[in-house]
Amino acid sequence: MELLLDPLGFSFFLRALVASTLVGAACAVVGTYVVLRGVAFIGDAIAHAGFPGIVVAYLLGWPLYVGATIAAVGTALAIGVVTRKTGIRQDTAIGVLFAGTFALGVFLFSGISGYVADLFSFLFGNVLAIGPGDLVALVGLGLAVIVVVALLWKELLYATFDPLGAAASGIKVERLELLFLTLVAITIVVSLQAVGIILVVAMLITPAATAQLLTVRFTRLMLVAAAVGISSAVVGLYISYWLDVASGATIVLVQTALFVLAVVFGPHGLIAQRRSPASRLADDDFDDVGVEGAHGAVGATA
Amino acid sequence: MALGHDHPDGVDATHAHAHADVWLSDVSAGYGERVALEHVTLAVEPGSLLAVVGPNGAGKSTMLKLMAGLLAPWTGRIEILGQPAGREARRVAYVPQAELVDWAFPVTVEDVVMMGRFPRLGPIRRPGADDRRAVQSALTQVGMSRHLRTQVGRLSGGQRRRVFLARAIAAEPDLFLLDEPVTGIDPTTQELLMDLLEAQAKRGKTVVATTHDLACAAARFHQVLAVNRTVVAYGPSNLVLDADVLARAYGGHLLVIDGRTVVLDDAHHHDEAAPGERHFHEHDGKR
Repeated sequence: MELLLDPLGFSFFLRALVASTLVGAACAVVGTYVVLRGVAFIGDAIAHAGFPGIVVAYLLGWPLYVGATIAAVGTALAIGVVTRKTGIRQDTAIGVLFAGTFALGVFLFSGISGYVADLFSFLFGNVLAIGPGDLVALVGLGLAVIVVVALLWKELLYATFDPLGAAASGIKVERLELLFLTLVAITIVVSLQAVGIILVVAMLITPAATAQLLTVRFTRLMLVAAAVGISSAVVGLYISYWLDVASGATIVLVQTALFVLAVVFGPHGLIAQRRSPASRLADDDFDDVGVEGAHGAVGATA
Repeated sequence: MALGHDHPDGVDATHAHAHADVWLSDVSAGYGERVALEHVTLAVEPGSLLAVVGPNGAGKSTMLKLMAGLLAPWTGRIEILGQPAGREARRVAYVPQAELVDWAFPVTVEDVVMMGRFPRLGPIRRPGADDRRAVQSALTQVGMSRHLRTQVGRLSGGQRRRVFLARAIAAEPDLFLLDEPVTGIDPTTQELLMDLLEAQAKRGKTVVATTHDLACAAARFHQVLAVNRTVVAYGPSNLVLDADVLARAYGGHLLVIDGRTVVLDDAHHHDEAAPGERHFHEHDGKR
């Protein structure tokens, strides 16, 4: 019990706890749509695109969040516009913008002499180092994302499942697409402090991927994803505090562990499949993420 | 309504304009550089039960997308329910080809049918008791009320189309636009779905559906629109579906054996069909 309560006496730990809970929830909620659309790499691309924004903000002495937000939202919208206006496939547009923007970040970063701790923490994240001012920005943006999804979840769901049917019934699918990309960008910026550029894609997709192995109802899937996101953020934070290791990596490892548990023990997991051959037929009902994950795990244990 | 096959543009669109639920005037449209439809003039009266027929690539789906406001015409004018296409979207239910949807998606039958209610709810408002009643009633009509909590990926091809039609019914639209609603399903389901569409038409709703199934178009629809890049014929189904008109709509894909018309039409969108399998649609040309 003391192990759990002691860290709460430190204000830096409390701040980190609030931040990771919110990041876990926002990422899981937005990540549900990312996974269902099969656009996981958009998350990775936008995260890397935030890097040059951070470097420029650092050079200009602005808050790093501001630079990251501008760069991430700008790239997200650029992906949407390039895909629609040029007819280039989305994965190609993502690949080009992802590498190009990150290269710009490295280019600028390599021009800064000496060791820059702030930038390093954005690459790998350190939620325990979050300051009171950053926390206010993070809570504001994180809550804004969750509120927007709470108001528009129906429209986002319809537009994701059946874009033609949704558009024909008067739902503004194109505007929702841009809004969705903006939400992904803001969520990623909010998460950078906690898990960093490299690992943020895991925060987005792993909770939703895990939930997908456990339920086939959309609303329940989002709630399960949020529960996975929040609990792994809290558990990961404690573990990183006790062991004095990197917080972002620990949170992602906890999420990955939950995903593997769902693959093995879930209702349609490996063990359930071995017991009843019939449930193997149900494979077709599940999205690629789950099935691929299951096959991957088989390969790993063989 | 005039039989248009001798004069493809012969429908007096200007006159019909005021009463038509669907009105197209000299419309041309396509994708990129490719022309899909040209010089389409058409007026569909309220209460019509209209089948859009034609070979693959004839522009059937394009016709529906134009009516749904999903595709803007290059030239010409379109009015739907008395307004430019897309303006009265909440009074229109469009159902895409079942193959275009990812059925592995984690939604239940109830979730999908509830989507039909979303447009009238608008953002922010959550589905209430009225909406659940409408969903329940629509699912009862299509005979799927016992599958409320089933994930849609577990349904058969026929059941998926029942669910999609239930979504359209739950939306309580004035205009149904259905892309291949009865393709590749068992005869019982086909009869059921057609009974429901006929009932909607009787209540004054307008139903426009594309189909590959000429037998169904002849037997169950009231009007037929034969297209092949433009309007080949438009009128009551018994007049339009004669061998002469079909020959013009289907070109080389038509076989006439002993006065019975057999349309050979490769590679359509049958759900249950194995790749490469060939289908026949038989139709009595003397009907």
